Amino acid sequence: MTTTVTAAADGRTVSKSSPGAARGPRRTGRIQRIGLPYLLLLPALLLELLVHLVPMVIGIVMSFKELTQFYIRDWGTAPWTGLGNYRVSVDFDAPVGDALLHSFLVTVGFTLLSVALCWLIGTTAAVYMQDTFRGRGLLRALFLVPYALPVYAAVITWVFMFQHDNGLVNHVLHDQLHLTGKPSFWLIGDNSFVALLTVSVWKGWPFAFLIVMAGLQHIPRELYEAAALDGAGMWQQIRRITLPSLRSVNQVLILVLFLWTFNDFNTPYVLFGRAAPQAADLISVHIYQASFVTWNFGTGSAMSVLMLLFLLVVTGVYLAATSRGRRAADA
Amino acid sequence: MRSIRAAAIGAVTMSLALAASACGGGSQTGGAAGDSPKTLTYWASNQGASIEVDKKVLQPELDKFEKQTGIKVKLEVVPWSDLLNRILTATTSGQGPDVLNIGNTWSASLQATGALLPWDAKNFDKIGGKDRFVDSALGSTGVQGEDPAAVPLYSMAYALYYNKRIFADAGISKPPATWEELVADGRRIQQKGKQVLGAEGSNVSENIHHVFVFGKQHGADFFTADGKPDFTNDGVVAAVKQYVDLMAKDKAIPAGNAEYAQNQSVSDFAKGKTAMLLWQSASANLKSQGMSEDQYGIAPVPVQSGTPGAGTQVDSMVAGINLAVFKNTHNPDGATKFVKFMTGDEEQKILNKAYTSIPPVGSAQADPAFNTPANAVLKETLARSATALPQVADESQFETTVGTAVKELFADAAAGRAVTTESVKAKLQKAQQQMPTK
Repeated sequence: MTTTVTAAADGRTVSKSSPGAARGPRRTGRIQRIGLPYLLLLPALLLELLVHLVPMVIGIVMSFKELTQFYIRDWGTAPWTGLGNYRVSVDFDAPVGDALLHSFLVTVGFTLLSVALCWLIGTTAAVYMQDTFRGRGLLRALFLVPYALPVYAAVITWVFMFQHDNGLVNHVLHDQLHLTGKPSFWLIGDNSFVALLTVSVWKGWPFAFLIVMAGLQHIPRELYEAAALDGAGMWQQIRRITLPSLRSVNQVLILVLFLWTFNDFNTPYVLFGRAAPQAADLISVHIYQASFVTWNFGTGSAMSVLMLLFLLVVTGVYLAATSRGRRAADA
Repeated sequence: MRSIRAAAIGAVTMSLALAASACGGGSQTGGAAGDSPKTLTYWASNQGASIEVDKKVLQPELDKFEKQTGIKVKLEVVPWSDLLNRILTATTSGQGPDVLNIGNTWSASLQATGALLPWDAKNFDKIGGKDRFVDSALGSTGVQGEDPAAVPLYSMAYALYYNKRIFADAGISKPPATWEELVADGRRIQQKGKQVLGAEGSNVSENIHHVFVFGKQHGADFFTADGKPDFTNDGVVAAVKQYVDLMAKDKAIPAGNAEYAQNQSVSDFAKGKTAMLLWQSASANLKSQGMSEDQYGIAPVPVQSGTPGAGTQVDSMVAGINLAVFKNTHNPDGATKFVKFMTGDEEQKILNKAYTSIPPVGSAQADPAFNTPANAVLKETLARSATALPQVADESQFETTVGTAVKELFADAAAGRAVTTESVKAKLQKAQQQMPTK
């Protein structure tokens, strides 16, 4: 394509392959030219295969085996179960499948809420931080702290704050504001969902803030000035200028936040340990429990593969829908 | 052009190297230490107040071993939160330590993997014979009738730790011997504004240890004789209910303890907030938290009536640590020598003193250090009224499913929801359904 264009631009009519003229060296030269980049990519590609794809393939193979404690020492001897592990995982009338479905629904609800809140808070903060004012740099840095802290240290601090007897949360809600009749449990029982969501949003929104802030830098100020001249208020400016301009940024941001939150293992694990309360039984910990704690790596792998498929479908549908939407908007 | 060619050659070489190392990765077995007959790798469990403390306790002994045999032991102290995962990973990959500590309740589960060297008569002879070890400790080394998967290293038992000061203030002259007495004493303690009994409601292993003993006291077992889960029989349901009722009905365990899982109940006891604690070999732990030995007393764990003994008078599990040899070791002789060294009288005395545990080796128990009033209670319990947890391959799953059920029941109790025979049975039913069927 490019060659044709350049040729036309030169205004010369060159027949692209001049036959007969030094065919051999030219062809090898071309092969070299085309081949070299791939050759240079080869080490990276192999590494990618090694660290990424091979474990995935092994995981998929494992999901078809009955890999319990009796066989983990020598995988080869583990009997093939065909779709047995999958059948157990999706048999929603039986306890294992039922628990998985419950955990899946909790995770979906949790992820949607967390992503929505992260995005909302992050975007709001970024928009307000757009105008220059004294102390803006300090505030920006402060906002990024939750994102920069090591996960374990941050979450274990939340564990202390959520404690029933001496926790800060109960101290404020119950002892000082008298909002609750008696101190609440946050780490066990139904409230654990709220606790998990709080920590997840606290940890996740600075990333949204960071990305949206970067996106905002690319919107020309003139647009806002013109809009202001035309009498658009703050809300209209956000709706008509800011959000449409951030469209491509948001598309990636929401997808990434969704995948990260859905797969998050550290937060629930540090908050609740290896046996999460029913109300906050996220799928990553659930699968960990199914494989590591109960020593059934086959079923655990089957569940992981199902989760992978679900995320693939979600990602595919999301990208298709948002890209089409954008094309329509652009047209 | 030359530089491009060089780059291309470099890329190809690197790719080949990568491919070669990827293929070769699996076949290099044995780990770094195993290949030489003069070294061993040893994974120790965290027995002292911290990993640093353990290193200080163990390193001089390992040096002694090196002097005697010329074998250098590389020590790694693995925290409890990682130990089982590390062992599973080592089992799967075949690359692990030569010798390792395991929680004795894992013996049967790990035995089923085939990763540990079985201790048949021949192997036992190499370390001085099976009869060096006391029976209660040998009862927790694997499935009955099979060669043990490990040998006992440290023994521990549950006891009732009580705060002497709080007892005196409440006018209680002696520690409770039955649960009824404990609940009655609890009312008097509460009048003095203190908490009665500490527990780790969210720690699944602790929950299992307690409901197992309550089960025994109700004449019930969690597994049938042929190793099938039987969590919903009347005795088990009554046992679990009695334990949770200590919080739900008797209010002896404070509601806040339902979320404890990081030994907060030990801290509460050490700080004098709680009057009683059921714990295994807590002395070293309490000392590190600033509670001296004259501040608390140690008594046997209460029973339903009468005195602790066998059968329904059982008042503790056989807790402890076993020492195992990884079957893949390249130095089985050295590993066996090391086990012999660690289970020898001298090392048993030194190590069990340091960890305030009881030697599972009969001849080492005679040392006066293990006859202090505190240790006498533990020794007596181990000898007369302690029973090993079920030695079945599914023990690990049992801990998770039933331990979680008890955790959820505690959460119910803490939230003020009723804990009834039906609700207990429903939770146990669910736990049983989650057990492997094969």
